[in-house]
Amino acid sequence: MSHALTGYLFPNDVHILWSLMIVMYPYITGLVAGAFIVSSLYHVFGRTELRPVARLSMSASLAFLLVATLPLLFHLGHPERSLNIVITPHFTSAMAAFGLIYTLYLTLLVLEIWLVYRKDIILTASRSRGLKRWIFATMALGVYDISEEALRVDRRVITVLAALGIPAACILHGYVGFMFGSVKANYWWSTPLMPVIFLFSAVMSGMAMVIILYLILMRFANRPIDPDCVQSLARWLWLFVVMTVTMEMLEIVTLAYERNEEWVVIAPLLNTKLAFSFVVVQVVFGSLIPILLLGIVVLMQPFLTSPLRNTITFIASLILLIQVFAMRWNVVIGGQIFSKSLSGFRESYHPQLLEKEGILSAVLIFIVPFVFLALFNKFLPLYGDAPETKAATTEEG
Amino acid sequence: MNEYEKEEPASRRDFLCGAAQQAAGAAIILAFGEQLVAFSEAAAGETAATAEASAGVPYDPLKHRYLYLIDVAKCIGCGACVRACALENDVPDNHFRTWVERYMVSRTGEVTTDSPNGGKDGFEPLLTGQDITKAFFVPKLCNHCSQSPCVQLCPVGASYRSPDGLILVDEKRCIGCGYCVQACPYGSRFIHPETHTASKCTLCYHRITKGMLPACVQACPTGARRFGDTQRPGDEVTEIVASSPVRILKPEMNTEPNCYYLGLSQEVR
Repeated sequence: MSHALTGYLFPNDVHILWSLMIVMYPYITGLVAGAFIVSSLYHVFGRTELRPVARLSMSASLAFLLVATLPLLFHLGHPERSLNIVITPHFTSAMAAFGLIYTLYLTLLVLEIWLVYRKDIILTASRSRGLKRWIFATMALGVYDISEEALRVDRRVITVLAALGIPAACILHGYVGFMFGSVKANYWWSTPLMPVIFLFSAVMSGMAMVIILYLILMRFANRPIDPDCVQSLARWLWLFVVMTVTMEMLEIVTLAYERNEEWVVIAPLLNTKLAFSFVVVQVVFGSLIPILLLGIVVLMQPFLTSPLRNTITFIASLILLIQVFAMRWNVVIGGQIFSKSLSGFRESYHPQLLEKEGILSAVLIFIVPFVFLALFNKFLPLYGDAPETKAATTEEG
Repeated sequence: MNEYEKEEPASRRDFLCGAAQQAAGAAIILAFGEQLVAFSEAAAGETAATAEASAGVPYDPLKHRYLYLIDVAKCIGCGACVRACALENDVPDNHFRTWVERYMVSRTGEVTTDSPNGGKDGFEPLLTGQDITKAFFVPKLCNHCSQSPCVQLCPVGASYRSPDGLILVDEKRCIGCGYCVQACPYGSRFIHPETHTASKCTLCYHRITKGMLPACVQACPTGARRFGDTQRPGDEVTEIVASSPVRILKPEMNTEPNCYYLGLSQEVR
């Protein structure tokens, strides 16, 4: 009889309030930030081997950014009032920064993509007729100067925008981490490491997504895969996985060693409710295996054929996408499984297939960016082999 | 002629009525003793604000600064406060603006805590099979913190602190994000299942601004819940908080609650 009463939850703490949608939100924003960092490695840091994915990663970043707010709208009790965050922000709220940061980042990204594709837009406009011509002429915004001089200016601006975009992307995702890390009432969230962990795992997920998109795109477009590009991405990815996992473990090890009040709830949380999603999925399957796989790709490069390395990198990237999703899940849901009474646990959360904030909604939201990318690819190629980018390479490299 | 001389002598009928009231009063005092003292103390909290209200003076929030006191030893776990709150504020089932927790501590330090239906229906006797050495009830509600995390992180300013020191929610502005619910260390907020906005204890703001007591204080039969106003000279609750060993919940959160506990045991979180 006493068994049923060992855990005590505050009576208002019975339900999981932040659902699958709030897991999706940092997951998608992370992909936005991560994909952008990949494009910046080329545009700002001159990693010329990443040229084939420079456009793809930037477009992917935009595609995910366009749906980033959808999970929030699905979640809000009053989505029709959501613009209040932008119109009348309460500046002491971390969440109120959202409007500003999102708008800033969206502006930067759209401007940068426009400049990168400007020459293609103008050339397409001049080559086509009818509606297509009209659409592309509109997209050119009345500027048809594609002289070498004008393109050089474009490239300079792109570099500046990409450089500005790095802190913007970091803030975009760092603040998502801060939103959790600054909730002092929640011992599982409240840590200054949270924004950094979020950021690093965001870069990790974005890189993994770019690798997967690139390999699939090349397969479907029947084009050769650039082995150097994939190898470089694998190396970067390995670095970020190691750093992310180090920090994720550092947090747990510190909590476990300090044995403060929070460990009283976090230890049983990890042992019971999160045993599968944290220990099995996030740590063993999601972290250790990709570290090994990518380690093989990076350290044994001379002994492996490039198709094999590509395949291993692809598998590792897929696992890492799962790892990051598990990490978001474990943070968002895990933080709500224990009551603030610090002595009781809620029932585990199982999203339903058809509810408003359920699995189907999440899947649909996640599919939309890929539809955007497919549409984008119809109008402007996602492959980064346009001559202007090559020129940019020569100049920067 | 002074004003006393103007009064008519009391009629025989008035005299009898008055005598009957006094007799009834005496009987109640004899029957309930200490509880009634608590009642009159609670009622005393009403007088100054009532005077203001009945004098037709518009309510001025700047002239009040409320605080709340819970005397743990006096709570009998009857749940009248939870029922009164639910009735007064139309609180939806399974959600609570206030609730009562029961603690049972064994000789070996094991703590059993429960709050069936928030204590709304009182508490059934419970056998834990342990050697219980102390047991008590702890009423809980919004602490109306001076440094409230919920107000700090509301993205649209729908949660705010009123000049008289209460934490309130503007239902028309709230977007229902639930961030405040996550941020409250005391679990005193919830998302209302019908309005889809944040909901919480208002200390019956609609009552206290008319000089009445919060419903929970009014309903408490033992005076375990008391309501005070630091701005009122000679306020008894203010005096107790200032001079007695009171505690607040989760002081490590540094939220500066305005809800104080007398005789709070360390097992309570």
